[in-house]
This record gives sequence, structure tokens and C-alpha cells, in this order.
Amino acid sequence: MANSVKAFRCEHTLRDLREGLEHVHQEAEAALAAHGFDDGAKFAIRLAIEEAVVNAFRHGNRSDPKKSVHFRAYIDDTRASFEVEDEGPGFDPATIPDPTEDENLEIPSGRGVMLIKAYMTEVEYVPPGNLLRMTYRKPA
Amino acid sequence: MASSHISVRKTDNLIRIDFIDRNILDELNIHQIGEEILKVVESEFRPKVVIVFKNVEHMSSAAFGTLMKVNERVKARDGQLRLCQITPRIHEAFVMTKLNRIFSISDTYETAVASFV
Repeated sequence: MANSVKAFRCEHTLRDLREGLEHVHQEAEAALAAHGFDDGAKFAIRLAIEEAVVNAFRHGNRSDPKKSVHFRAYIDDTRASFEVEDEGPGFDPATIPDPTEDENLEIPSGRGVMLIKAYMTEVEYVPPGNLLRMTYRKPA
Repeated sequence: MASSHISVRKTDNLIRIDFIDRNILDELNIHQIGEEILKVVESEFRPKVVIVFKNVEHMSSAAFGTLMKVNERVKARDGQLRLCQITPRIHEAFVMTKLNRIFSISDTYETAVASFV
């Protein structure tokens, strides 16, 4: 099917977690609606953006107010792709304990990365780990 | 002072907590929500707490963490916690994270209250 709406692209430098999140959520939700993503997809993508941006500010930048988070989005009728890049040293996602293992189940933190992987179709942490690429593809 | 994000109804040691916000995502909001709930819980011995998710459309890992802290605090006071009226999408997130094994989840407020022992 030919695209009826022009693909959405944006790039932002976020300096404040709350303001930044509000802005990118509003933009993404409008673009997702314009490109026909259903409520389930919008729920998944909102959650993934939230977790990615919060992790970038809190863990990547260690809440350093001098550091920013770089957010890029591309949304068309078939997919929604995002890049979230912090200015920290990066990390190895393989070192994060699986929060669904019995011994980790009662630990209150550490579910953000797991939720991103569960809700998005493709997730990649680009070495050294301060750049997250994630894509949600509409089911065929 | 920031406005409250929850409404609380107490009858003896039965405490019903409703969220006012549709999105309990934001880390700053969820911190305040957690503090408000813990304050209520700690005012009772053996509290029977029902948290109603009727108005909630979005969640986050930070919100899960806060609920787990509340659960621990309720248990420490020899109380019980129930969650109810969770939308299918948010319930799916509980199942995905296996937190449905940690929390007692009921369909309705009435069944949640009936499940207290």
C-alpha cells in the first residue's frame, strides 16, 4: 500500500527529563496516530520511549545536568524507529540480571531494558552502549 | 506543595486507593505517589489495602518498583495488598515481568476486598 502520509522525522537534544519526555511523547503520539498505529502499538511505543529516555538520563548521564540526551525518530506507515543516545560511557546490556528470574523477582528496579525488548520488534545497543536503536514494526 | 495524585478512602483498616492520573509513568510523579501511599499505609496496623487501577492507562518500570516497595511495607505491617481493575494491556505487562506472581490481582474492587483473609 502506498504511504498516504509523509513519513515523520524528528531529532531533538533533550536537556530536562520531564520536559523532554512530555515533548517527545506528544510528537510521537501524533505521528503514530497519523500513520495508523493502533492503541496496543501506541501503548508499547510510549512505554519503550519512556524507559529508554529515563535510562539515558538516570543511568547513562547519571543525572548530570551538564549532559544531554539525543532523541531521533522516524515513523511511517509500517514502522516506528527511535534512537536514544546519552553522553555517558555506555554499558553492556548483557550484564543486566534477568528481572524475571526467581531470585530477582522481588528486586524493585531493573525492568526497563526488559520491557523495551519485550515491547519493541528490534532492539540494539550500539557499543559502547550509550546509543539505543529500537523499532516497532506493524504486524504484516 | 504539589497536588495529590491519589484519592484515599478508609474504613477501619480497609484502605482503598484510586489513582487520579491516567499516566503513572513519570519518575517524579511516581516518587510522590509512592510517598503518599506509604504515608497512608503506615498510619494503620494490619492494613488491608486495595489499589484501584481503573483510571490508569500507562505504566513504567518505575511504577512497578514503587508498587513493590508498597507491597513490602504493607507486609512489614502485617497487612495485605490487592490490586484491581487493571486494564488488559497493563495486566499483560505484569505477566511479562512475572510480577503477577508477586501481587494479588483481582478483576473488581469487590472481589479484591472479598479475597482478604
